[in-house]
Amino acid sequence: MNKEMTSINSDLKKREVVEKSAEHILRFLSIVSIIAVIVITGYMLMAGTPALLKYGIFDILFGTVWQPTSSNPSFGILYVILTSIVGVTIAVIIAVPIGLLTAIHLSEIATRRSSKWMKTAIELLAGIPSIVYGLLGVQIINPIIYQLELLIFKNSATHQFTGGSNLLAAILVLVIMILPTLISVSENALRAVPNNYRTSSLALGASKMQTIFKVILPSAKSGIISAIVLGIGRAMGEAMAIVLVAGNTIHIPLPFSSVRFLTTAIVSEMGYAQGAHREVLFTIGLVLFLFIMLINVMLSAVLKRGEE
Amino acid sequence: MKKIHSYIIIILLCISVSGCKSTTTNSGNNVVIKVNGSTSMEKLINGLGELINREYPNISIEAQFTGSSAGIESVINKTSLIGNSSRLLKEEEEAKGLVANIVAIDGIIVITNQSNNVSSLSKEQLIAIYKGEIRNWNEIGGEDVPIVIIGREAASGTRTAFEDILGIENECKYIQEINEAGGVVAKVESIKGAIGYVSLDLLTKKTKALAIDGIEPTIESIRNGQYLLQRPYLMVTMGEISKQSQEVQKIFEFIDSDKGKAFIESIGLVPVS
Amino acid sequence: MNQSITNKKKRKKDTVALVLIYLSSGFSIGLLLLILGYVAFKAVPYFSFKYLYSTTSIIDHTVGILPNIINTLYLVIVTLLIACPIGIGGAIYLHEYAKNQKLVRIVTFANEVLAGIPSIIYGLFGMLFFGVYLGWGFSILTGACTLSLMVLPIITRNTQTSLETVPKSYREAALGLGTNKWYMIRTVLLPSAIPGVLTGVILSIGRIISESAALLFTAGSGVLLPKGLFSHLFNSGATLTIQLYLEMSKANYENAFVIAFVLVIVVLLLNLFAKFIASKWDVSKVENNGK
Repeated sequence: MNKEMTSINSDLKKREVVEKSAEHILRFLSIVSIIAVIVITGYMLMAGTPALLKYGIFDILFGTVWQPTSSNPSFGILYVILTSIVGVTIAVIIAVPIGLLTAIHLSEIATRRSSKWMKTAIELLAGIPSIVYGLLGVQIINPIIYQLELLIFKNSATHQFTGGSNLLAAILVLVIMILPTLISVSENALRAVPNNYRTSSLALGASKMQTIFKVILPSAKSGIISAIVLGIGRAMGEAMAIVLVAGNTIHIPLPFSSVRFLTTAIVSEMGYAQGAHREVLFTIGLVLFLFIMLINVMLSAVLKRGEE
Repeated sequence: MKKIHSYIIIILLCISVSGCKSTTTNSGNNVVIKVNGSTSMEKLINGLGELINREYPNISIEAQFTGSSAGIESVINKTSLIGNSSRLLKEEEEAKGLVANIVAIDGIIVITNQSNNVSSLSKEQLIAIYKGEIRNWNEIGGEDVPIVIIGREAASGTRTAFEDILGIENECKYIQEINEAGGVVAKVESIKGAIGYVSLDLLTKKTKALAIDGIEPTIESIRNGQYLLQRPYLMVTMGEISKQSQEVQKIFEFIDSDKGKAFIESIGLVPVS
Repeated sequence: MNQSITNKKKRKKDTVALVLIYLSSGFSIGLLLLILGYVAFKAVPYFSFKYLYSTTSIIDHTVGILPNIINTLYLVIVTLLIACPIGIGGAIYLHEYAKNQKLVRIVTFANEVLAGIPSIIYGLFGMLFFGVYLGWGFSILTGACTLSLMVLPIITRNTQTSLETVPKSYREAALGLGTNKWYMIRTVLLPSAIPGVLTGVILSIGRIISESAALLFTAGSGVLLPKGLFSHLFNSGATLTIQLYLEMSKANYENAFVIAFVLVIVVLLLNLFAKFIASKWDVSKVENNGK
């Protein structure tokens, strides 16, 4: 028998060293995420603020003309900001009812067997790379929207035809993308509602639908809100799926206008931007970053209030 | 928390010590030359890379395609050895020591969807279309289909060349700005009233190239200067070719050789002597 | 309060609600079928196994995604090599060692922040920090470091959950036998926590494979085959998703659908694998004394 293994007193010093160093190393590893957050925030601020100071916060954030490469460059990103806000809001407004109702189906109405494979289907949808949604958007959604556009603006003298790549197409792609997240997180929230809520409500004579909409949904409120916020975050941060379906020129965000989102503005020009142009792209990144942080902070605040 | 401070300092020290910037990576005898630039030149560069690798098995070309201006910039900030540009160098770029080496002449063709029955435009009509003054194909003898104006991104060499030749910088009313040469082809193939501009070697079966002022875009009409829209393809280096590394010199030698010229012609470009 | 169960009006509202519910879930499931079906329908005519082991060559007129598959593999392996020690180690510290609860809360918050940052921001940061500041330019290493920050929260969270499910009795028994803490963690805790850790790893692999925005400016779009195992880390490498984006941009839709098809199959297999692991090694099914 190996002496080292049986005696608990031998090599005490060696063991001590191993123990102590293990603890130190592990402690260091645990704070890597804190360091990462600090460094990332720092870099975004460092990269994004010079342009704001050089060209004026007002001119950039509220300007409407984007001509970064002309001899008298102008960096107005107001329409870009508006596009992200409008596009994400509409996408969420469309996706939430569909997602919530599907979640209700999964958790309250479907039988155990069917809810199992439905859940697998939703997880599969969630796992598909977003760029694939972009591919389908280009192939399926763009042509359909173009036909719609031709129909609606048939006699218009002023409409500039986008060929189907516009805000509407981007919104549809965003809806499809955030649906799986909305469904699975809402479903978890609904399932977490204690069963006795359901049974007591039914016992009091309420129908199943009444139970669902008047008892279970309100109790699952905080979970559903976090699902919605996750969906908003996902939609705001999406770039690759919509860059090829949204048209990529800057206009006021109307459904049949070619538009740029905060994310697509960065993706489409970062590859070649230099100097001041590049700095402003980082400013756009900073604006996006702050938006997402704001949304997440609001989420924590709402959740905290929900716990009280 | 003091322990955490010391950890942070240790990491920062480690990070500041590292860093290996290289425009070539060597493994054994193999040299990888990093190049970057125009998306229009993709076929040319990829094909050259393969041929050169067959000629000299230890030389490979690693190419990024982020646009002409980005390619030129990458030579300036030393992240690549060669920059591919489909437009001429600006004065301030040349002032930094860059040398433009013309490797081919390319024609820019104006393409439309297959279903379009217009097959020729005058220079004035082309300008009017891109400025948004002509909005429907029926104004110039086509069907009642609205014109969808496709273009490239702001720093594209093709766009710069196109707008320069026609004199319409910053006046184009693009409805879609595409980042890749091939992307313009995609949009024009699929949108009925679309019009766009790409390099000659990107003509496909599903698109039509329009004649400008009556001249069809062919290698001949480009070579003899008749076709209006043409521009040089540059492979930009920092300093003369003779000052570059052996491998880069071999690349340029190959382009000048008969094999190189034959390849350039085979993909629809005009080689330079 | 019209709670009477004989009230017919309420019934109509209920049926409307039920119809809407069925429509919605039908739409959602139908979406999946449409996507899978369309991708398969478009890809199968062009798909052949040859794609998976050839390269794209202008001279030879071949098309293939072998370099992209290799790059994706490189990226997955290197990212996990970086992220797993940090994530697992950190989770162990937080769960087993940390006495300062405030630290635990801050780290958890930091992880949530990391999880919420959009991938394009990671791409910008990775490009600035790893690409420019550290000088690695467009390379697989740049991409892997960037992605490891993205998957760190996933691994940490899943390891933490998994450690929580290991019964206290395991720890107490081991310590009672006289082992030291680290030894106990190494030999008793970690092996029991493996299923949860594995779930985190599989989720991370899924995330890495689907990632595109963060890689566009970090790992770049190179398609050279590796000439050296280690040196390839410093080469630019386009993964399957990036290649899909490039093919889309160039309108090579046949190639694009083939790549999409491959990606969907990989995601499907990963999903099934994850479910298999979860069902086979469920620690909470083991008897819990004293938990």
